[in-house]
Amino acid sequence: MGYWNREFECMTEENLIKVQEEKLRDMVKRVYFAVPFYNNKMKELGIVPEDITGIDDLSKLPFTYKQDLRDNYPFGMFAVPMTDIVRIHATSGTTGKQTVVGYTKKDLDTWAEVMARTLTCAGADKNSFIHIAYGYGLFTGGLGVHYGAEKIGATVIPVSGGNTSRQLQIMRDFGSTILACTPSYAMYLSEEMENSGIKKSDLKLKAGVFGAEPWSESMRSEIEERLGIIALDIYGLSEIIGPGVASECECKCGLHIASDHFIPEIIDPDTQKALPPGSIGELVFTTVSKEGLPLLRYRTRDISSLDYRRCDCGRTSVRMSKVLGRTDDMIIIRGVNVFPSQIESVLLGFGDTTPNYIMIIERKDNLDILEVDVEMTQELFSDQVREIEDIENRIRREIMNVLGINATVKLVEPRSIARSEGKAKRVIDKRNI
Amino acid sequence: MPIEQISIFIENRKGRLADVTRLLASSGINISALSIADTADFGILRLIVNDPDKAIKILKAHDYTVSRTNVIAIAVEDKPGGLADVLEILESYNIDVEYMYAFVGGNSQKALVIMRLSDTDKALSILRGKAVILLTPQEAYENKYEPNKHT
Repeated sequence: MGYWNREFECMTEENLIKVQEEKLRDMVKRVYFAVPFYNNKMKELGIVPEDITGIDDLSKLPFTYKQDLRDNYPFGMFAVPMTDIVRIHATSGTTGKQTVVGYTKKDLDTWAEVMARTLTCAGADKNSFIHIAYGYGLFTGGLGVHYGAEKIGATVIPVSGGNTSRQLQIMRDFGSTILACTPSYAMYLSEEMENSGIKKSDLKLKAGVFGAEPWSESMRSEIEERLGIIALDIYGLSEIIGPGVASECECKCGLHIASDHFIPEIIDPDTQKALPPGSIGELVFTTVSKEGLPLLRYRTRDISSLDYRRCDCGRTSVRMSKVLGRTDDMIIIRGVNVFPSQIESVLLGFGDTTPNYIMIIERKDNLDILEVDVEMTQELFSDQVREIEDIENRIRREIMNVLGINATVKLVEPRSIARSEGKAKRVIDKRNI
Repeated sequence: MPIEQISIFIENRKGRLADVTRLLASSGINISALSIADTADFGILRLIVNDPDKAIKILKAHDYTVSRTNVIAIAVEDKPGGLADVLEILESYNIDVEYMYAFVGGNSQKALVIMRLSDTDKALSILRGKAVILLTPQEAYENKYEPNKHT
Protein backbone atom coordinates (compact mmCIF):
# COMPACT_ATOMS: atom_id res chain seq x y z
CA MET A 1 0.00 0.00 0.00
CA GLY A 2 1.18 3.52 -0.68
CA TYR A 3 2.12 6.48 1.46
CA TRP A 4 0.19 9.69 1.81
CA ASN A 5 3.24 11.84 2.39
CA ARG A 6 6.39 9.92 1.48
CA GLU A 7 8.64 12.87 2.27
CA PHE A 8 7.70 12.99 5.94
CA GLU A 9 6.66 9.40 6.54
CA CYS A 10 9.92 8.01 5.13
CA MET A 11 12.25 10.81 6.16
CA THR A 12 15.73 9.96 7.43
CA GLU A 13 16.16 10.17 11.17
CA GLU A 14 18.61 13.02 10.78
CA ASN A 15 16.22 15.12 8.72
CA LEU A 16 13.27 14.32 10.95
CA ILE A 17 15.14 15.54 14.01
CA LYS A 18 15.97 18.76 12.14
CA VAL A 19 12.28 19.29 11.39
CA GLN A 20 11.28 18.48 14.97
CA GLU A 21 13.89 20.76 16.49
CA GLU A 22 13.00 23.69 14.31
CA LYS A 23 9.32 23.30 15.15
CA LEU A 24 10.06 22.76 18.83
CA ARG A 25 12.04 25.99 19.15
CA ASP A 26 9.25 27.89 17.44
CA MET A 27 6.56 26.26 19.59
CA VAL A 28 8.34 26.94 22.88
CA LYS A 29 8.55 30.62 21.95
CA ARG A 30 4.88 30.71 21.08
CA VAL A 31 3.67 29.13 24.33
CA TYR A 32 6.11 31.17 26.43
CA PHE A 33 4.78 34.46 25.14
CA ALA A 34 1.13 33.59 24.50
CA VAL A 35 0.08 31.19 27.27
CA PRO A 36 0.36 32.57 30.81
CA PHE A 37 0.22 29.03 32.19
CA TYR A 38 3.42 28.05 30.34
CA ASN A 39 5.07 31.40 30.98
CA ASN A 40 4.67 30.84 34.72
CA LYS A 41 5.72 27.20 34.54
CA MET A 42 8.90 28.01 32.63
CA LYS A 43 9.74 30.87 34.92
CA GLU A 44 9.31 28.57 37.92
CA LEU A 45 11.74 26.16 36.31
CA GLY A 46 14.12 29.02 35.51
CA ILE A 47 14.12 28.44 31.76
CA VAL A 48 13.63 30.76 28.81
CA PRO A 49 12.86 29.76 25.20
CA GLU A 50 16.51 30.18 24.21
CA ASP A 51 17.44 27.29 26.53
CA ILE A 52 15.57 24.91 24.26
CA THR A 53 17.65 24.31 21.17
CA GLY A 54 17.22 20.63 20.40
CA ILE A 55 15.36 17.39 21.11
CA ASP A 56 17.67 16.65 24.01
CA ASP A 57 16.34 19.73 25.78
CA LEU A 58 12.79 18.31 25.83
CA SER A 59 13.35 16.97 29.33
CA LYS A 60 13.90 20.52 30.61
CA LEU A 61 10.33 21.44 29.71
CA PRO A 62 7.42 21.18 32.12
CA PHE A 63 4.76 18.49 31.82
CA THR A 64 1.15 19.27 31.01
CA TYR A 65 -1.64 17.34 32.71
CA LYS A 66 -5.33 16.95 31.95
CA GLN A 67 -5.89 18.78 35.21
CA ASP A 68 -4.13 21.84 33.76
CA LEU A 69 -6.66 21.97 30.94
CA ARG A 70 -9.42 21.75 33.47
CA ASP A 71 -7.93 24.46 35.67
CA ASN A 72 -7.82 26.71 32.62
CA TYR A 73 -11.30 25.77 31.44
CA PRO A 74 -12.51 26.49 28.85
CA PHE A 75 -10.05 28.43 26.68
CA GLY A 76 -7.28 29.48 29.09
CA MET A 77 -4.58 27.32 27.49
CA PHE A 78 -5.23 28.52 23.94
CA ALA A 79 -2.19 30.18 22.37
CA VAL A 80 -4.03 32.29 19.79
CA PRO A 81 -6.87 34.82 20.00
CA MET A 82 -10.33 33.29 19.65
CA THR A 83 -10.70 34.98 16.25
CA ASP A 84 -8.16 32.49 14.96
CA ILE A 85 -9.90 29.49 16.50
CA VAL A 86 -12.18 27.93 13.91
CA ARG A 87 -13.25 24.74 15.69
CA ILE A 88 -13.87 23.51 19.22
CA HIS A 89 -14.01 19.91 20.35
CA ALA A 90 -14.41 18.57 23.85
CA THR A 91 -14.33 15.38 25.83
CA SER A 92 -15.89 14.72 29.17
CA GLY A 93 -13.49 15.54 31.97
CA THR A 94 -12.73 13.66 35.14
CA THR A 95 -15.37 15.30 37.30
CA GLY A 96 -17.94 16.48 34.86
CA LYS A 97 -16.08 19.49 33.48
CA GLN A 98 -15.23 19.08 29.83
CA THR A 99 -11.71 19.09 28.45
CA VAL A 100 -11.91 21.66 25.68
CA VAL A 101 -9.61 21.81 22.67
CA GLY A 102 -9.42 24.48 19.95
CA TYR A 103 -8.13 24.38 16.39
CA THR A 104 -6.93 27.07 14.01
CA LYS A 105 -7.37 26.67 10.27
CA LYS A 106 -3.83 25.37 10.07
CA ASP A 107 -4.49 22.90 12.90
CA LEU A 108 -7.41 21.49 10.94
CA ASP A 109 -5.07 21.11 7.95
CA THR A 110 -2.53 19.31 10.13
CA TRP A 111 -5.27 17.08 11.46
CA ALA A 112 -6.57 16.24 7.99
CA GLU A 113 -2.97 15.57 6.93
CA VAL A 114 -2.22 13.08 9.71
CA MET A 115 -5.61 11.46 9.31
CA ALA A 116 -4.98 11.13 5.57
CA ARG A 117 -1.76 9.29 6.44
CA THR A 118 -3.70 6.98 8.76
CA LEU A 119 -6.32 6.17 6.13
CA THR A 120 -3.65 5.65 3.47
CA CYS A 121 -2.00 3.15 5.82
CA ALA A 122 -5.23 1.18 5.51
CA GLY A 123 -5.10 1.39 1.72
CA ALA A 124 -7.45 4.32 1.20
CA ASP A 125 -7.19 6.45 -1.95
CA LYS A 126 -9.49 8.70 -3.92
CA ASN A 127 -11.45 5.70 -5.18
CA SER A 128 -12.33 4.58 -1.67
CA PHE A 129 -15.74 4.82 -0.06
CA ILE A 130 -15.00 5.70 3.53
CA HIS A 131 -17.80 4.79 5.88
CA ILE A 132 -17.51 6.79 9.09
CA ALA A 133 -19.47 5.28 11.96
CA TYR A 134 -17.68 7.26 14.67
CA GLY A 135 -19.93 9.77 16.35
CA TYR A 136 -19.96 13.29 14.93
CA GLY A 137 -20.05 16.28 17.24
CA LEU A 138 -17.84 17.43 20.07
CA PHE A 139 -16.17 14.00 20.03
CA THR A 140 -13.18 14.16 17.67
CA GLY A 141 -13.75 10.73 16.11
CA GLY A 142 -16.31 11.51 13.41
CA LEU A 143 -15.12 14.87 12.12
CA GLY A 144 -11.45 13.91 12.52
CA VAL A 145 -11.71 10.95 10.17
CA HIS A 146 -14.05 12.92 7.93
CA TYR A 147 -11.58 15.69 7.05
CA GLY A 148 -8.76 13.21 6.46
CA ALA A 149 -10.95 11.20 4.12
CA GLU A 150 -11.95 14.35 2.22
CA LYS A 151 -8.34 15.41 1.93
CA ILE A 152 -7.53 12.12 0.23
CA GLY A 153 -10.40 12.80 -2.15
CA ALA A 154 -12.22 9.62 -1.18
CA THR A 155 -16.00 9.42 -1.17
CA VAL A 156 -17.01 10.13 2.41
CA ILE A 157 -20.09 8.48 3.90
CA PRO A 158 -20.67 10.34 7.19
CA VAL A 159 -23.11 7.89 8.79
CA SER A 160 -22.10 8.70 12.39
CA GLY A 161 -22.94 6.23 15.15
CA GLY A 162 -25.99 4.07 15.79
CA ASN A 163 -28.82 2.53 13.76
CA THR A 164 -26.99 -0.65 12.92
CA SER A 165 -29.38 -2.02 10.31
CA ARG A 166 -29.17 1.23 8.38
CA GLN A 167 -25.36 1.15 8.66
CA LEU A 168 -25.33 -2.31 7.09
CA GLN A 169 -27.75 -1.37 4.36
CA ILE A 170 -25.66 1.67 3.44
CA MET A 171 -22.50 -0.39 3.56
CA ARG A 172 -23.97 -2.85 1.08
CA ASP A 173 -25.87 -0.43 -1.19
CA PHE A 174 -23.22 2.34 -1.35
CA GLY A 175 -20.31 -0.08 -1.53
CA SER A 176 -18.31 1.17 1.47
CA THR A 177 -14.70 0.01 1.18
CA ILE A 178 -13.21 1.35 4.41
CA LEU A 179 -14.93 1.32 7.76
CA ALA A 180 -14.00 3.68 10.60
CA CYS A 181 -15.48 3.03 14.04
CA THR A 182 -14.62 1.56 17.44
CA PRO A 183 -13.47 -2.07 17.33
CA SER A 184 -16.37 -3.19 19.50
CA TYR A 185 -18.84 -1.58 17.13
CA ALA A 186 -17.13 -3.32 14.19
CA MET A 187 -17.67 -6.62 15.99
CA TYR A 188 -21.26 -5.72 16.65
CA LEU A 189 -21.84 -4.80 13.01
CA SER A 190 -20.36 -8.11 11.89
CA GLU A 191 -22.71 -10.03 14.15
CA GLU A 192 -25.77 -8.06 13.13
CA MET A 193 -24.79 -8.75 9.53
CA GLU A 194 -25.53 -12.41 10.05
CA ASN A 195 -28.88 -11.57 11.64
CA SER A 196 -29.96 -9.33 8.80
CA GLY A 197 -28.92 -11.84 6.15
CA ILE A 198 -26.09 -9.78 4.67
CA LYS A 199 -23.11 -11.88 3.65
CA LYS A 200 -19.59 -10.57 3.59
CA SER A 201 -19.57 -11.25 -0.16
CA ASP A 202 -22.37 -8.66 -0.48
CA LEU A 203 -19.97 -6.02 0.84
CA LYS A 204 -16.99 -4.35 -0.77
CA LEU A 205 -15.22 -3.67 2.51
CA LYS A 206 -11.45 -4.00 2.30
CA ALA A 207 -10.16 -2.46 5.49
CA GLY A 208 -11.15 -0.95 8.78
CA VAL A 209 -9.49 1.66 10.97
CA PHE A 210 -10.55 1.04 14.53
CA GLY A 211 -9.67 3.05 17.59
CA ALA A 212 -10.81 5.00 20.65
CA GLU A 213 -10.72 1.92 22.87
CA PRO A 214 -8.38 -1.01 23.59
CA TRP A 215 -8.83 -4.28 21.75
CA SER A 216 -7.03 -7.57 21.49
CA GLU A 217 -5.37 -9.58 18.72
CA SER A 218 -8.08 -12.23 18.96
CA MET A 219 -10.71 -9.55 18.44
CA ARG A 220 -8.77 -8.36 15.42
CA SER A 221 -8.69 -11.83 13.85
CA GLU A 222 -12.39 -12.25 14.47
CA ILE A 223 -13.30 -8.91 12.89
CA GLU A 224 -11.02 -9.63 9.92
CA GLU A 225 -12.56 -13.06 9.42
CA ARG A 226 -16.17 -11.99 9.78
CA LEU A 227 -15.94 -8.87 7.61
CA GLY A 228 -13.27 -10.15 5.24
CA ILE A 229 -11.04 -7.12 5.81
CA ILE A 230 -7.71 -6.02 7.18
CA ALA A 231 -8.34 -4.41 10.57
CA LEU A 232 -5.93 -1.74 11.80
CA ASP A 233 -5.52 -0.08 15.17
CA ILE A 234 -5.46 3.70 15.19
CA TYR A 235 -4.60 6.01 18.07
CA GLY A 236 -5.44 9.55 18.96
CA LEU A 237 -6.68 11.78 21.71
CA SER A 238 -8.32 15.13 21.42
CA GLU A 239 -5.72 16.93 23.55
CA ILE A 240 -3.06 16.01 20.98
CA ILE A 241 -5.31 16.47 17.92
CA GLY A 242 -7.85 13.60 17.75
CA PRO A 243 -7.60 10.47 15.60
CA GLY A 244 -4.52 10.49 13.39
CA VAL A 245 -1.81 10.73 16.05
CA ALA A 246 -0.64 7.22 15.20
CA SER A 247 -1.79 4.26 13.14
CA GLU A 248 -0.80 0.77 12.18
CA CYS A 249 0.30 -0.06 8.66
CA GLU A 250 -0.33 -3.38 6.95
CA CYS A 251 2.60 -4.90 8.91
CA LYS A 252 0.59 -4.59 12.13
CA CYS A 253 3.71 -4.19 14.21
CA GLY A 254 3.03 -1.06 16.18
CA LEU A 255 1.43 2.26 15.34
CA HIS A 256 3.38 4.80 13.28
CA ILE A 257 3.37 8.13 15.06
CA ALA A 258 3.19 11.29 12.98
CA SER A 259 6.31 12.37 14.81
CA ASP A 260 7.00 15.41 12.65
CA HIS A 261 3.92 16.86 14.39
CA PHE A 262 3.83 15.07 17.73
CA ILE A 263 7.13 14.29 19.44
CA PRO A 264 6.67 11.23 21.66
CA GLU A 265 8.55 10.29 24.80
CA ILE A 266 8.15 7.36 27.17
CA ILE A 267 8.63 8.30 30.80
CA ASP A 268 8.55 6.53 34.11
CA PRO A 269 5.33 7.88 35.65
CA ASP A 270 6.83 7.68 39.14
CA THR A 271 10.26 9.23 38.65
CA GLN A 272 9.03 11.34 35.69
CA LYS A 273 12.32 10.61 33.90
CA ALA A 274 12.45 9.77 30.21
CA LEU A 275 13.12 6.08 29.57
CA PRO A 276 15.38 4.57 26.87
CA PRO A 277 13.83 3.29 23.60
CA GLY A 278 11.88 0.07 24.02
CA SER A 279 11.01 0.66 27.69
CA ILE A 280 7.43 0.43 28.80
CA GLY A 281 6.12 3.58 30.45
CA GLU A 282 3.76 6.52 30.08
CA LEU A 283 3.38 8.03 26.66
CA VAL A 284 4.01 11.79 26.54
CA PHE A 285 3.54 14.08 23.53
CA THR A 286 4.75 17.54 22.62
CA THR A 287 2.56 18.94 19.86
CA VAL A 288 5.08 21.00 17.94
CA SER A 289 2.85 21.94 14.98
CA LYS A 290 -0.27 22.88 16.87
CA GLU A 291 -1.27 26.58 16.99
CA GLY A 292 -4.58 26.66 18.87
CA LEU A 293 -3.66 24.45 21.78
CA PRO A 294 0.05 23.61 21.69
CA LEU A 295 0.93 21.34 24.60
CA LEU A 296 4.35 20.71 26.10
CA ARG A 297 4.96 17.12 27.19
CA TYR A 298 1.32 16.17 27.61
CA ARG A 299 0.87 13.22 29.95
CA THR A 300 -1.50 10.87 28.10
CA ARG A 301 -1.68 8.40 31.03
CA ASP A 302 -1.54 5.68 28.36
CA ILE A 303 1.07 2.99 28.91
CA SER A 304 3.00 2.02 25.79
CA SER A 305 6.54 1.64 24.45
CA LEU A 306 8.36 3.15 21.47
CA ASP A 307 10.12 1.25 18.69
CA TYR A 308 12.54 3.33 16.61
CA ARG A 309 13.57 0.50 14.28
CA ARG A 310 12.64 0.77 10.64
CA CYS A 311 9.34 -0.89 9.68
CA ASP A 312 9.02 -3.27 6.71
CA CYS A 313 6.48 -0.92 5.15
CA GLY A 314 9.27 1.59 4.51
CA ARG A 315 8.04 4.25 6.90
CA THR A 316 10.78 5.52 9.17
CA SER A 317 8.51 7.06 11.79
CA VAL A 318 8.72 5.78 15.35
CA ARG A 319 6.08 3.22 16.30
CA MET A 320 4.21 2.98 19.59
CA SER A 321 2.98 -0.38 20.85
CA LYS A 322 -0.73 -0.96 21.31
CA VAL A 323 -1.78 0.82 24.48
CA LEU A 324 -1.13 -1.62 27.33
CA GLY A 325 -3.06 0.13 30.07
CA ARG A 326 -3.46 3.34 32.02
CA THR A 327 -1.55 5.01 34.80
CA ASP A 328 -4.79 6.39 36.22
CA ASP A 329 -8.21 4.89 36.82
CA MET A 330 -9.70 5.90 33.48
CA ILE A 331 -11.69 3.23 31.69
CA ILE A 332 -13.08 3.33 28.20
CA ILE A 333 -16.68 2.31 27.74
CA ARG A 334 -18.08 2.30 24.20
CA GLY A 335 -15.27 4.61 23.17
CA VAL A 336 -16.12 7.10 25.92
CA ASN A 337 -13.46 7.96 28.50
CA VAL A 338 -14.87 7.39 31.95
CA PHE A 339 -13.41 8.15 35.36
CA PRO A 340 -14.94 6.72 38.54
CA SER A 341 -14.84 10.27 39.95
CA GLN A 342 -17.52 11.22 37.42
CA ILE A 343 -19.90 8.69 38.94
CA GLU A 344 -18.95 10.09 42.32
CA SER A 345 -19.85 13.60 41.23
CA VAL A 346 -23.26 12.35 40.12
CA LEU A 347 -23.89 10.62 43.45
CA LEU A 348 -22.83 13.74 45.36
CA GLY A 349 -26.13 15.22 44.32
CA PHE A 350 -28.03 12.52 46.20
CA GLY A 351 -27.74 13.32 49.88
CA ASP A 352 -25.13 14.61 52.28
CA THR A 353 -23.01 11.50 52.31
CA THR A 354 -21.88 10.06 49.00
CA PRO A 355 -23.07 6.50 48.85
CA ASN A 356 -20.54 3.78 48.20
CA TYR A 357 -20.68 2.51 44.62
CA ILE A 358 -19.04 0.18 42.13
CA MET A 359 -18.99 0.18 38.34
CA ILE A 360 -19.30 -3.19 36.65
CA ILE A 361 -18.43 -3.29 32.99
CA GLU A 362 -19.28 -6.24 30.82
CA ARG A 363 -19.31 -6.89 27.13
CA LYS A 364 -22.50 -8.52 25.91
CA ASP A 365 -22.99 -9.16 22.20
CA ASN A 366 -19.90 -7.02 21.66
CA LEU A 367 -21.41 -3.97 23.30
CA ASP A 368 -20.11 -2.60 26.56
CA ILE A 369 -22.65 -2.64 29.34
CA LEU A 370 -22.17 -0.44 32.39
CA GLU A 371 -23.89 -1.29 35.62
CA VAL A 372 -23.52 1.00 38.59
CA ASP A 373 -24.34 -0.54 41.95
CA VAL A 374 -25.00 2.02 44.66
CA GLU A 375 -25.28 1.12 48.30
CA MET A 376 -28.59 2.14 49.81
CA THR A 377 -28.30 4.82 52.44
CA GLN A 378 -30.71 5.89 55.13
CA GLU A 379 -31.24 9.10 53.16
CA LEU A 380 -32.11 7.39 49.88
CA PHE A 381 -34.35 4.78 51.43
CA SER A 382 -38.08 4.94 51.17
CA ASP A 383 -40.50 2.25 52.13
CA GLN A 384 -42.14 2.47 48.73
CA VAL A 385 -40.91 0.64 45.66
CA ARG A 386 -41.73 3.35 43.17
CA GLU A 387 -39.78 5.94 45.11
CA ILE A 388 -36.70 3.72 45.14
CA GLU A 389 -37.12 3.02 41.45
CA ASP A 390 -37.47 6.74 40.91
CA ILE A 391 -34.11 7.33 42.60
CA GLU A 392 -32.53 4.66 40.40
CA ASN A 393 -33.93 6.40 37.35
CA ARG A 394 -32.70 9.80 38.49
CA ILE A 395 -29.18 8.45 39.00
CA ARG A 396 -29.34 6.79 35.59
CA ARG A 397 -30.42 10.04 33.91
CA GLU A 398 -27.65 11.98 35.65
CA ILE A 399 -25.04 9.45 34.51
CA MET A 400 -26.45 9.80 30.99
CA ASN A 401 -26.04 13.59 31.28
CA VAL A 402 -22.47 13.42 32.49
CA LEU A 403 -21.10 10.45 30.53
CA GLY A 404 -23.51 10.06 27.65
CA ILE A 405 -23.76 6.39 28.55
CA ASN A 406 -26.92 4.55 29.39
CA ALA A 407 -26.09 2.65 32.55
CA THR A 408 -28.07 0.18 34.58
CA VAL A 409 -28.37 1.51 38.11
CA LYS A 410 -29.01 -0.87 40.97
CA LEU A 411 -29.43 0.04 44.61
CA VAL A 412 -27.85 -2.62 46.77
CA GLU A 413 -27.65 -3.28 50.50
CA PRO A 414 -25.26 -1.25 52.63
CA ARG A 415 -21.78 -2.76 52.97
CA SER A 416 -22.51 -5.31 50.25
CA ILE A 417 -19.82 -3.84 47.98
CA ALA A 418 -16.44 -5.33 48.74
CA ARG A 419 -13.84 -3.09 50.32
CA SER A 420 -10.17 -3.90 50.43
CA GLU A 421 -8.10 -2.40 53.24
CA GLY A 422 -10.80 0.13 53.88
CA LYS A 423 -10.48 1.58 50.40
CA ALA A 424 -13.40 0.81 48.18
CA LYS A 425 -12.84 -0.82 44.83
CA ARG A 426 -14.55 1.29 42.18
CA VAL A 427 -14.38 -0.75 39.02
CA ILE A 428 -14.90 -4.37 38.06
CA ASP A 429 -14.06 -4.81 34.40
CA LYS A 430 -15.28 -8.19 33.23
CA ARG A 431 -14.49 -7.55 29.59
CA ASN A 432 -11.93 -9.84 28.02
CA ILE A 433 -10.07 -7.47 25.78
CA MET B 1 -52.27 6.49 67.83
CA PRO B 2 -50.62 5.27 64.67
CA ILE B 3 -48.70 2.03 64.62
CA GLU B 4 -45.02 2.01 63.83
CA GLN B 5 -44.08 -0.29 61.03
CA ILE B 6 -40.42 -0.90 60.22
CA SER B 7 -39.25 -1.23 56.62
CA ILE B 8 -36.01 -2.90 55.62
CA PHE B 9 -34.22 -2.72 52.29
CA ILE B 10 -33.14 -6.14 51.11
CA GLU B 11 -31.60 -7.23 47.87
CA ASN B 12 -33.36 -9.92 45.92
CA ARG B 13 -30.74 -12.51 46.78
CA LYS B 14 -30.88 -15.98 48.13
CA GLY B 15 -31.04 -16.19 51.89
CA ARG B 16 -31.52 -12.50 52.67
CA LEU B 17 -34.99 -12.89 54.10
CA ALA B 18 -33.84 -15.75 56.28
CA ASP B 19 -30.90 -13.65 57.50
CA VAL B 20 -33.13 -10.78 58.63
CA THR B 21 -35.71 -12.94 60.34
CA ARG B 22 -33.03 -15.05 62.04
CA LEU B 23 -31.32 -11.91 63.31
CA LEU B 24 -34.57 -10.61 64.79
CA ALA B 25 -35.45 -13.97 66.29
CA SER B 26 -32.10 -14.29 68.00
CA SER B 27 -32.77 -10.97 69.74
CA GLY B 28 -36.17 -12.05 70.92
CA ILE B 29 -38.11 -9.92 68.45
CA ASN B 30 -41.43 -11.38 67.43
CA ILE B 31 -42.98 -10.51 64.08
CA SER B 32 -46.72 -10.10 64.23
CA ALA B 33 -47.33 -9.01 60.64
CA LEU B 34 -45.26 -8.75 57.50
CA SER B 35 -45.35 -8.08 53.80
CA ILE B 36 -42.80 -7.76 51.04
CA ALA B 37 -42.92 -5.40 48.11
CA ASP B 38 -40.45 -6.64 45.56
CA THR B 39 -38.95 -5.98 42.15
CA ALA B 40 -36.51 -8.08 40.18
CA ASP B 41 -33.57 -6.57 42.07
CA PHE B 42 -34.70 -5.59 45.52
CA GLY B 43 -37.47 -5.88 48.03
CA ILE B 44 -38.83 -3.85 50.91
CA LEU B 45 -39.65 -5.96 53.89
CA ARG B 46 -42.33 -4.35 56.06
CA LEU B 47 -42.78 -5.61 59.58
CA ILE B 48 -44.88 -5.04 62.61
CA VAL B 49 -42.91 -6.30 65.58
CA ASN B 50 -43.31 -6.45 69.34
CA ASP B 51 -40.52 -3.92 69.96
CA PRO B 52 -39.91 -1.57 66.99
CA ASP B 53 -37.19 0.50 68.73
CA LYS B 54 -35.13 -2.51 69.66
CA ALA B 55 -35.60 -4.10 66.21
CA ILE B 56 -34.40 -0.93 64.46
CA LYS B 57 -31.37 -0.71 66.72
CA ILE B 58 -30.36 -4.28 66.03
CA LEU B 59 -30.92 -4.02 62.29
CA LYS B 60 -28.92 -0.79 62.01
CA ALA B 61 -26.10 -2.32 64.00
CA HIS B 62 -25.98 -5.00 61.32
CA ASP B 63 -25.81 -2.45 58.48
CA TYR B 64 -29.37 -2.78 57.28
CA THR B 65 -31.13 0.26 55.91
CA VAL B 66 -34.26 0.65 58.00
CA SER B 67 -37.03 3.20 58.20
CA ARG B 68 -40.02 3.76 60.40
CA THR B 69 -43.44 4.34 58.88
CA ASN B 70 -46.74 5.14 60.51
CA VAL B 71 -49.55 2.81 59.54
CA ILE B 72 -52.95 1.90 60.89
CA ALA B 73 -54.35 -1.53 61.69
CA ILE B 74 -58.03 -2.27 61.44
CA ALA B 75 -60.21 -5.24 62.23
CA VAL B 76 -62.96 -5.86 59.69
CA GLU B 77 -65.79 -8.32 59.63
CA ASP B 78 -64.70 -11.56 58.00
CA LYS B 79 -67.49 -11.43 55.42
CA PRO B 80 -67.95 -10.09 51.86
CA GLY B 81 -67.79 -6.31 51.80
CA GLY B 82 -66.11 -5.93 55.16
CA LEU B 83 -63.02 -4.27 53.70
CA ALA B 84 -64.87 -2.41 50.95
CA ASP B 85 -66.83 -0.45 53.55
CA VAL B 86 -63.66 0.91 55.09
CA LEU B 87 -62.04 1.68 51.73
CA GLU B 88 -65.12 3.58 50.63
CA ILE B 89 -64.93 5.79 53.70
CA LEU B 90 -61.25 6.56 53.03
CA GLU B 91 -61.97 7.28 49.39
CA SER B 92 -64.79 9.65 50.24
CA TYR B 93 -62.30 11.69 52.30
CA ASN B 94 -59.68 11.61 49.56
CA ILE B 95 -57.28 9.48 51.52
CA ASP B 96 -55.18 7.21 49.33
CA VAL B 97 -54.06 3.74 50.26
CA GLU B 98 -50.35 3.47 49.45
CA TYR B 99 -50.36 -0.22 50.26
CA MET B 100 -51.97 -2.66 52.62
CA TYR B 101 -51.67 -6.22 53.79
CA ALA B 102 -53.68 -8.59 55.90
CA PHE B 103 -52.44 -10.62 58.80
CA VAL B 104 -53.69 -13.24 61.19
CA GLY B 105 -54.09 -12.29 64.78
CA GLY B 106 -55.65 -13.20 68.07
CA ASN B 107 -58.58 -15.61 68.05
CA SER B 108 -61.34 -13.44 66.72
CA GLN B 109 -63.62 -13.76 63.74
CA LYS B 110 -62.19 -10.55 62.30
CA ALA B 111 -59.75 -10.02 59.48
CA LEU B 112 -56.88 -7.78 60.47
CA VAL B 113 -55.46 -5.34 57.92
CA ILE B 114 -52.45 -3.00 57.99
CA MET B 115 -52.81 0.14 55.86
CA ARG B 116 -50.31 2.73 54.81
CA LEU B 117 -52.29 5.87 53.94
CA SER B 118 -51.56 9.21 52.38
CA ASP B 119 -52.65 10.92 55.62
CA THR B 120 -52.51 8.69 58.66
CA ASP B 121 -53.66 11.21 61.28
CA LYS B 122 -56.63 12.36 59.26
CA ALA B 123 -57.61 8.74 58.60
CA LEU B 124 -57.40 7.88 62.27
CA SER B 125 -59.73 10.64 63.34
CA ILE B 126 -62.23 9.89 60.58
CA LEU B 127 -62.29 6.15 61.15
CA ARG B 128 -62.72 6.60 64.88
CA GLY B 129 -65.97 8.36 64.25
CA LYS B 130 -67.18 5.68 61.82
CA ALA B 131 -67.32 2.66 64.07
CA VAL B 132 -64.32 1.09 62.39
CA ILE B 133 -62.30 -1.05 64.74
CA LEU B 134 -58.78 0.36 65.03
CA LEU B 135 -56.16 -1.71 66.73
CA THR B 136 -54.01 -0.01 69.34
CA PRO B 137 -50.26 -0.06 68.76
CA GLN B 138 -49.87 -2.47 71.62
CA GLU B 139 -52.40 -4.86 70.12
CA ALA B 140 -50.64 -4.76 66.81
CA TYR B 141 -47.14 -5.16 68.23
CA GLU B 142 -48.14 -8.01 70.51
CA ASN B 143 -50.56 -9.47 67.99
CA LYS B 144 -53.19 -9.67 70.71
CA TYR B 145 -56.37 -8.30 69.27
CA GLU B 146 -58.95 -8.43 72.01
CA PRO B 147 -62.48 -8.06 70.59
CA ASN B 148 -64.05 -7.34 73.99
CA LYS B 149 -62.15 -4.09 74.34
CA HIS B 150 -63.56 -2.73 71.10
CA THR B 151 -67.24 -2.50 71.73
